[in-house]
Amino acid sequence: MYTKKVTIINEEGMHMRPAQLLTEKAGQFSSEITIHADEGQAADAKSILGLMSLGLDKGTVVTLTAEGGDEKEAVETLAKMFDQGFGEL
Amino acid sequence: MCPVNFHEKRITGIGVSEGVRFGHAFLYAQPAAHISFPQQIEADHVEMELERLTSAKAQSLSELDLIIEKSKESLGDEKTVIIQGQRSFLNDPAFYGDIVNHVKKKYLSPEKAVQTVVDKLTAVFEKMNNAYLKERVHDVKDVAERLMSHLQQRSYPDLTQMTEPAILIADDLTPSVTVQLDRRYVLGFVTRYGGETTHTAILSRSLGIPAVVGAGLPIAQIQNGDNLIIDGELGLCIINPDPDTTEKYRAKLQEEQRFSERLSAFKQGPAHTADGQEVLLAVNMGMPEEMREGFVDEAHGIGLFRTEFLFMHTDHFPTEEEQFVAYKKVLEDWQGKPVVIRTLDIGGDKELSYWQLPIESNPFLGMRAIRLSLQEQGMFKTQLRAILRASAFGSAKIMFPMVTTIQELRQAKAITDEVKTGLRTENIPFDEKLEIGIMAEVPSVIQLADRFAKEVDFFSIGTNDLVQYTLAVDRMNEKVAHLYDYFHPAVLRSINSLIQAAHREGKWVGMCGKMAGDVMAAPLLLAMGLDEWSMDATSLAKQKYRLISLTRSESRLLLSKVLDMDTAEEVRLAVGNFHL
Repeated sequence: MYTKKVTIINEEGMHMRPAQLLTEKAGQFSSEITIHADEGQAADAKSILGLMSLGLDKGTVVTLTAEGGDEKEAVETLAKMFDQGFGEL
Repeated sequence: MCPVNFHEKRITGIGVSEGVRFGHAFLYAQPAAHISFPQQIEADHVEMELERLTSAKAQSLSELDLIIEKSKESLGDEKTVIIQGQRSFLNDPAFYGDIVNHVKKKYLSPEKAVQTVVDKLTAVFEKMNNAYLKERVHDVKDVAERLMSHLQQRSYPDLTQMTEPAILIADDLTPSVTVQLDRRYVLGFVTRYGGETTHTAILSRSLGIPAVVGAGLPIAQIQNGDNLIIDGELGLCIINPDPDTTEKYRAKLQEEQRFSERLSAFKQGPAHTADGQEVLLAVNMGMPEEMREGFVDEAHGIGLFRTEFLFMHTDHFPTEEEQFVAYKKVLEDWQGKPVVIRTLDIGGDKELSYWQLPIESNPFLGMRAIRLSLQEQGMFKTQLRAILRASAFGSAKIMFPMVTTIQELRQAKAITDEVKTGLRTENIPFDEKLEIGIMAEVPSVIQLADRFAKEVDFFSIGTNDLVQYTLAVDRMNEKVAHLYDYFHPAVLRSINSLIQAAHREGKWVGMCGKMAGDVMAAPLLLAMGLDEWSMDATSLAKQKYRLISLTRSESRLLLSKVLDMDTAEEVRLAVGNFHL
């Protein structure tokens, strides 16, 4: 298992476009990838609705977790997308 | 062509936005009601039911692909993203995956499974704080409805199928439907339901195309592709018109086009009278769809921004954030030009689906507008906070509707001050110089205009209600509607005395009722010194064209005669002769 903490820096939070980009990318990895938010809430990173239903606003810190053959690469790739604000900055 | 002569049929409704259009009918069918379906399935039917689900999904996907393709040209980026989002739900484990699981493991019918998953997601989305994400529940419902319709082998109605100019025929049109609309293709509307203040009516006025609304059941006679003529002035829709009718309307259309060419020279820029006086013409607005390119150059600002639509086309009280986003957008769109935002004006004939107001025997004399806001202070404060926060992004003014007593005004201002104090302590910026005014639409404000003028920054005359309350006429009541007339001397004297009283205190007066856009009323309003004339966008060019032929001295002569008359008929005659 590989884990990393990231912060959402997009002005509008995890809305439709970043959620789309993230799930698309997550779908390219074989590992199971989970996004953990506060209060034990978690969502499958390959599910756009799952992500959106976490209701992540700007400034929220989440934990990315992956388990599988490409777990490290998966987490690092997705973490980078968060850091870059999904190309919206 | 076939020599058989079919006779034309005529349908009447309420005419909205003058004008004549020829076109073919495009029928927009509402999504049909669900056909009943079993809740559970037999265990050995799972494979078969899943196949049905898969094929419904495939159909939905290919439809959405088509919409995305088209929408890139016509809808713009933001809406395309939303439809792409809908498409991705169909591959989403939390949506489609969950539906499949319910069929496989719980032996639910695919229809029941769709319903179950949508209900679950709706509950999750409703709890969200983020307004944008909350709104996405409609996308979930939309895509589920599409999937459902294919499961039941019904077609899912879709305005993107409208790919050439046509007259749109529908029971009614909601905002979520009209966002899909490619405006280039809409020549006019005919709807079964609705009146002058419905979404369709307002949209048609803002697009400057004619509509016939509230035509009732007879619209069922219209077939897809029928030849139609619609006459927005008479509220008439003619199906498969006879040659004579066609000829007559061709001539009318040509005349209309000639006139509109002449008008187009007046579309942009400020309005002036023949003697060089500038007149500030503004527009009434209430829906984001009314905004269009170049609009800002045509008007001085928004003289009335109705906030009701924000509250009406939704299933919950709009949150502070939702309101803030809407107000901010309008202020930014208008690039620093004044925008008068009227606080919630419901009650009377305007209702909210999610808030049942007690039934009253005299709703127009009852709990409505500012009275309601002062009773429901939580809601009022939320709205004021949203407006004040947005005021940092443009030139906003706040206006309270249907104030009748000074105490109401003072109370509303005190609450506004309280909200301002809150914002200051939170270091949230707002326009400290923001003006506060009231609608002048009841006789008590006219009588006490000198007192009110000391405590407001401006007035805006709402002629529709002022006429109703001054002449004691319910304009919806056919038996007395003929008594409803803003050319009644009592109404004209009221308007004039209010304007003079306000000017004595150095305050400005606007008008946002129908009268402001009436070319016949123009010389009277000019002579009275009305400061800002706010009207439907379609009246702007006509009113500018009218003003250029007027002088203040001639208009003042007319006004002094008119103010001395006894009846509306005399006034109309004098104003009509002056117009010639």
